[in-house]
Amino acid sequence: MVTVADKIAAAEGHGRYRALVLRRLLLIGGLCIALFLSVAIDMALGPANYALSDVLKALFQSSTVSDQLRVVIWDIRMPIALMAVTVGASLSVAGAQMQTILANPLASPFTLGISAAAGFGAALALVGGIAVFPVATQFMVPVNAFLMAMLAALFIHFASTMRGVTVETIVLLGIALVFTFNALLSLLEYLASEQALAAVVFWTMGSLTKATWPKVWVTAAVLVVTLPLFARRAWALTALRLGEDKAASFGINVRRLRLETMMTVSLLAAIPVSFVGTIGFVGLVGPHIARMLVGEDQRFFLPASVICGALLLSTTSVVSKTLIPGAVLPIGVITALVGVPFFFALIFTHRRRSW
Amino acid sequence: MVGLALEGLGARYGKRIVLSGVNTGLLSGGGMTAVIGPNAAGKSTLFKRIAELTSGPGLVHLSGTAEGKDTICYMPQDTGVNAVLTVYESILLASKQGSGWKVHDSELHEIDRILSALRIDDLAFRSLGELSGGQRQLVSIAQALVRKPEILLMDEPTSALDLFRQVEVLSFMKSLSARSNMAVMIALHDLNHALRYCDNTIVIANGTMIASGPTSDVITQELLRDIYRVDARIENCSQGRPVIIVDGSLT
Repeated sequence: MVTVADKIAAAEGHGRYRALVLRRLLLIGGLCIALFLSVAIDMALGPANYALSDVLKALFQSSTVSDQLRVVIWDIRMPIALMAVTVGASLSVAGAQMQTILANPLASPFTLGISAAAGFGAALALVGGIAVFPVATQFMVPVNAFLMAMLAALFIHFASTMRGVTVETIVLLGIALVFTFNALLSLLEYLASEQALAAVVFWTMGSLTKATWPKVWVTAAVLVVTLPLFARRAWALTALRLGEDKAASFGINVRRLRLETMMTVSLLAAIPVSFVGTIGFVGLVGPHIARMLVGEDQRFFLPASVICGALLLSTTSVVSKTLIPGAVLPIGVITALVGVPFFFALIFTHRRRSW
Repeated sequence: MVGLALEGLGARYGKRIVLSGVNTGLLSGGGMTAVIGPNAAGKSTLFKRIAELTSGPGLVHLSGTAEGKDTICYMPQDTGVNAVLTVYESILLASKQGSGWKVHDSELHEIDRILSALRIDDLAFRSLGELSGGQRQLVSIAQALVRKPEILLMDEPTSALDLFRQVEVLSFMKSLSARSNMAVMIALHDLNHALRYCDNTIVIANGTMIASGPTSDVITQELLRDIYRVDARIENCSQGRPVIIVDGSLT
């Protein structure tokens, strides 16, 4: 018999869930506002600093501002600011889904060797002028980086299809790849001329300064294509976190889901790395911050990972311009310096388990 | 009436046959069937094979099930879960597979009803990672029930529960199966529970079926000696129910 107490408890469960959803939506909304502000500040900063109001005017009423301001904001700073957003988002989502399908908090494009492979590919072009695939010289570095990153991702992908290979083995394989490509990179650096060495070191530190509109469009397009694929599988991907057996018992083809996700993630990880160099921290920490804020229901975790990654890299871009006035520090270096204190603060103040 | 019968059912992992020769009569809805046997006998494999999560020879005959419906639900053995999800979300997740993002009120009411029936409403907004083994098993049962299966395969659902919860869960499942005409197969180690709650029993040992039939016919002194290597008596208690008394030695 259903008692009054039971009815009250049931109503509480229902209501509390709706409140939880609302809280998460508000959090995601807040993150969006923070991201918008960060991008605007990022565009205001540079050799000539503009007021935030000027930037907003250039964005929304471009006919009312000077040609110079319009050109600086739209043609120079906006590609860089938006590159930070798309690259941060891509790496963070790639990391989030790698952590999900491999059930491992350490999984990310960086820890699975994809970034290291890209670094080696770029170094091949910078040091030896070797093209993995014949292309025009100016595209050699990103194409090499992309192809090596895809090669590493495909290796991980095919290794994961082999019988008897567990998710733990895949993470170990990834770490082995990191060491291999780092060793090869060191070898190239040892053999490189002074000029080529400087170029390799700069590339591996990651930089947004060479961002252009076409690069922004390509990374954005990859996001636009891949995000709906993840969104469509939101319930299944979330269920994967309950364990393989449990997910299979819900009727999910776990093997297929893993493979499809890994393929998509490879693309998401390889493209940004090939454009901006090695930016390791975002892919690992972006998803963890998102997880701490909204949990692992992919309906919230996916957008939160996108925004957290974008926000992390955008904020980093701001910091990289402000630490030493007049100089733009390599973003790959600053990412960790900005992200670590924030990440530590979240870990130490968060009372609930976050993995 | 919903029912299932197994004919020459077996399972293989790769080329290796790990289970063979499982035959049963019709196990009909409204009743519970125990699957018993020593550790690593092949009980979980049998469930996975019935749920088509693994391949192998033989047939699973279903009768009276609604076509195209998610008929068979396998509830795996409890494993530690570190997902950052609340209990409520994990149950919602089980019910929403294959459907859209929008969550309807009716779906939430159903979760409330199941939480309340299993008396775990107080756990609803706890994180899965904070739960004890027994609490996780209760949540796992809720995840299975919310899928409204016609045939439910429960792999050791009471192994981490205290005695009160074991009796509570098994009584609940027995009355639920009778009420909703669900066929429940349940892997158990406590044979007294099998005797008390299950109409039929299948015995699996060393990857093959040893016996199948009405529980009181299957669980005998000989079975306990031959399969479990334990000298024990089976006597009727004051309420006339058979009870296993282990007062002998290991054989």
